[in-house]
Amino acid sequence: MSDLAAVPPSPAEDAPSPAPVTMELQELGAYAAAGLAALAALAPLAIGVAWWDAGASGWLLAAAAVLFAGIVPRLSGGLGALVAATATAALAAALLLAVHHDGVGGRIGLGFYLAFAATWAASWMLVQRLTDLSGGSDWRGRVIDAAIPFVFGAFLFLAWEAICVGFGVPMVLLPAPSQIVTRFFASLPILGDDFVQTVVRAVIPGWAIGSTAGFLVAILADRHPFLGRGLMPLGNFVSALPMVGIAPIMVMWFGFDWQSKAAVVVINTFFPMLVNTVAGLSASGRMERDLMRSWNASWARTLISLRLPAAMPHIFAALKLNSTFALIGAIVAEFFGTPIVGMGFRISTEVGRMGLDMVWAEIVMAAITGSALYAILAFVERRVTFWHPSNRGR
Amino acid sequence: MTTEPAAPSFFARAVGRALGGSLLPVAMVIVALLALWYGAAVLLNAPFARSMAADPAALGLSELIDATLSQERPVLPAPHQVLWELKKSVFDLPVTSKRSLVLHGWVTLSSTLVGFGLGALLGLLLAIGIVHVKSLEKSLMFWIVSSQTVPILAVAPIVIVVLGAIGVTGLVPKAIISAYLCFFPVTIGMVKGLTSPDRLHVDLMRTWDATPAQTFWRLRAPASVPFLFTSLEVAIAASLVGAIVGELPTGAQAGLGARLLAGSYYGQTIQIWAALFAAAALAASMVGLVGLIERLVLAAMGGRR
Amino acid sequence: MLGGSNVASAGGTEASDATSPHRVVIDAKELDLVFDTADGRVHALANVDLTVREGEFVSFIGPSGCGKTTLLRVIADLEQATGGSITVGGVSPADARAARLYGYVFQAAALLPWRNVLDNVTLPLEIFGVSKEERLERAARNLDLVNLTGFEKKFPWQLSGGMQQRASIARALAYDPQLLLMDEPFGALDEIVRDKLNVQLLKLWAETAKTVIFVTHSIPEAVFLSTKIVVMSPRPGRIIDVIECDLPRDRTLEIRESSRFLEIAHRVREGLRAGHSYDD
Repeated sequence: MSDLAAVPPSPAEDAPSPAPVTMELQELGAYAAAGLAALAALAPLAIGVAWWDAGASGWLLAAAAVLFAGIVPRLSGGLGALVAATATAALAAALLLAVHHDGVGGRIGLGFYLAFAATWAASWMLVQRLTDLSGGSDWRGRVIDAAIPFVFGAFLFLAWEAICVGFGVPMVLLPAPSQIVTRFFASLPILGDDFVQTVVRAVIPGWAIGSTAGFLVAILADRHPFLGRGLMPLGNFVSALPMVGIAPIMVMWFGFDWQSKAAVVVINTFFPMLVNTVAGLSASGRMERDLMRSWNASWARTLISLRLPAAMPHIFAALKLNSTFALIGAIVAEFFGTPIVGMGFRISTEVGRMGLDMVWAEIVMAAITGSALYAILAFVERRVTFWHPSNRGR
Repeated sequence: MTTEPAAPSFFARAVGRALGGSLLPVAMVIVALLALWYGAAVLLNAPFARSMAADPAALGLSELIDATLSQERPVLPAPHQVLWELKKSVFDLPVTSKRSLVLHGWVTLSSTLVGFGLGALLGLLLAIGIVHVKSLEKSLMFWIVSSQTVPILAVAPIVIVVLGAIGVTGLVPKAIISAYLCFFPVTIGMVKGLTSPDRLHVDLMRTWDATPAQTFWRLRAPASVPFLFTSLEVAIAASLVGAIVGELPTGAQAGLGARLLAGSYYGQTIQIWAALFAAAALAASMVGLVGLIERLVLAAMGGRR
Repeated sequence: MLGGSNVASAGGTEASDATSPHRVVIDAKELDLVFDTADGRVHALANVDLTVREGEFVSFIGPSGCGKTTLLRVIADLEQATGGSITVGGVSPADARAARLYGYVFQAAALLPWRNVLDNVTLPLEIFGVSKEERLERAARNLDLVNLTGFEKKFPWQLSGGMQQRASIARALAYDPQLLLMDEPFGALDEIVRDKLNVQLLKLWAETAKTVIFVTHSIPEAVFLSTKIVVMSPRPGRIIDVIECDLPRDRTLEIRESSRFLEIAHRVREGLRAGHSYDD
């Protein structure tokens, strides 16, 4: 054995170590944010509206400018990042308060653009700072690792809100996040009904049946190699086909209600599971399998003790993939006809009525559902495949 | 020295593999599926055939089977009916005909390819950025992965309607949906591919003090080629799905998705199946083409790896 | 805790100071290297003193985890020491790397699979911006040196393990570095091939007059090849003995049966055993 073992295994080192953005560049970012914020405060927010008219936003802008110019460039480390985050949040709050002030939407002026640019510079600088601080394996490192995508996402949503409200984008084109959230909470009963119809009745049973069937057929194909050799090329072929296309046929066969959607989901989830399980069953090492043979272990015993555990990462990959496929399959199948309830039904009818805020609320619902399914599966996966290299050291 | 037998050509190997390996089992499975299909067609279509017969009781078995396999709007069309419809709408009708599958296939194919090109390019650029800029990796990866837990196709109607509202219709909105579906597998695959070189190889480049650009072009890019093709195969299939679904919400006039929708409105089951098979053939030939290019490129890059 | 070992290593370096008139290529003083890993801190190198002179063939030998590869990687600037000082060719390891002062040979050949032998050997020259004619000329010379002429157009998978490793040595020599760093280059090969390559390596060393640092865990290999053997021990990684290997320079495999060879091998083994006394 070599003593390479003394070198800490760190997959991250396989990536080219990107040159950290130098401190000077970050300082430049902070000063740019400060300068832009200060200039913004002097420029008109909108036609006939100054920043000082729009609630506290003038003060927030000024405070952010002072923090960015006076403190952020001088402080490094965690404290510096915290101050930078505070200042960025102040900028964001100023921008949000300002665009929602009466008489601003649709009439924004130079001050808005400058403040928006300031927020962009500040967010960019904050992400860089946090990135330089990241990499620790303790709780602090984990908080920073979670904070970076949060800052990035928060800026995206802020930009969406500020642009939609600031420019007065009509709702039929793109509703602002605030409008979507309002609609979401106002329509909870409808969304709940749609959720039950689409997710509880169609997605979850269909996903369970399709995945189980795919798994069982994979085991069968493994037991009978002739069947496997005949089935696998077809399985690989079919899993590349646009399977949502069978939706109209299922609607014809099983009617408009959830049964046809569940059938679409079953077919959509069957093949990915089949293909992945078969791939997973050959994931165990040659030596380990020979070892089982040397102990004269039966096919079933080898399957249970060696090959299924080794296949688990593949099986979970299929389950996760399938959770998305199932949701997509059910929603698209509803485009082909439903009773007057369901997420896909709501999306297609509200699009027709230009009720875009409701469509987006439904998408939020779908996103929450998809993420939740994924998170649950990822959680279970980490418990089951704790031994896998990708899960070690967590 | 190691002597290697002259490598047989790609086709010779493919044929040999098919004969020795899976051709027979695959043929058997296909035959079994066809038999199953005919049986199911007879069973599913029998009630309607009986109701049509003057005297259901007097209907003989062979007459019943005949009747079930030749209906105009069967519950399940028989394979030969679908094939006949395919032949008619692909070869017999002029390409300009509204019922020509060549026309509809081309409409879908063109937006699939444009979307595929855009999505693959976007995915590639994102992957290069993520591999080289740490703050991009830290901030973007989470959102890229999350974007896939959202059932993207639910967004399709919005893209179509919103772009339609500002006067953009036809190919572009569908291509955007395709691109959205495409970029993810390419980004994920290429991030994996570009970081796939062994630590040894990366260290080797360091001992030569190679620049990031030199490391990229001489090590990372060539090493990522197999990953690129694997993700492109997934992406082009996803792109086709995007194009088809993009044709649904507006009740588009042309495209395979439109054929599916029209078929389902008017109960034209044979038309649905024909459109479905056309879509399958399209998907299979595109994936096959990418696979063929992959083999050629990998062979040009030194063959066995 | 390291008193004894320091005396031994210092004694070794002083002995070579007295006998060798050659320029110092590597000079390490009180090197320390601590890794922070998820499982805690690993003391990979502790208080390492080492001097290597021009033209020497120095072997690092020791059990897994003794830091011999880590020490080589510090010399190559692939790791950075957390304490002490080191110069390579009179400058810092980073400057030495930038000046391409050394060639590195890994345990695996690490040939790029999509490049044939010739293109693999010319790869570093491409990176240094050497003209095409010179690239080809140098590659031909170095492939001849490792007896691979005629295999230029073969891809790595068409070569045996020993040939792959010879190609990687030709690659390391392609830009004529004064120092050759070899990290268990023959560790993955069978003994017969290894013997053959050892003889070839000695011949190559005699022809090119390079300074070689060679990591191994084979005692016969270390004694057969080296002019100086550095014995290392793990937890923390440190030098416990430096042994002058004063066999004649034109060695053949038969020398391994000579009593002087066995004597040196015995001393190496004793050193390894001493370093191991408290565990395993």
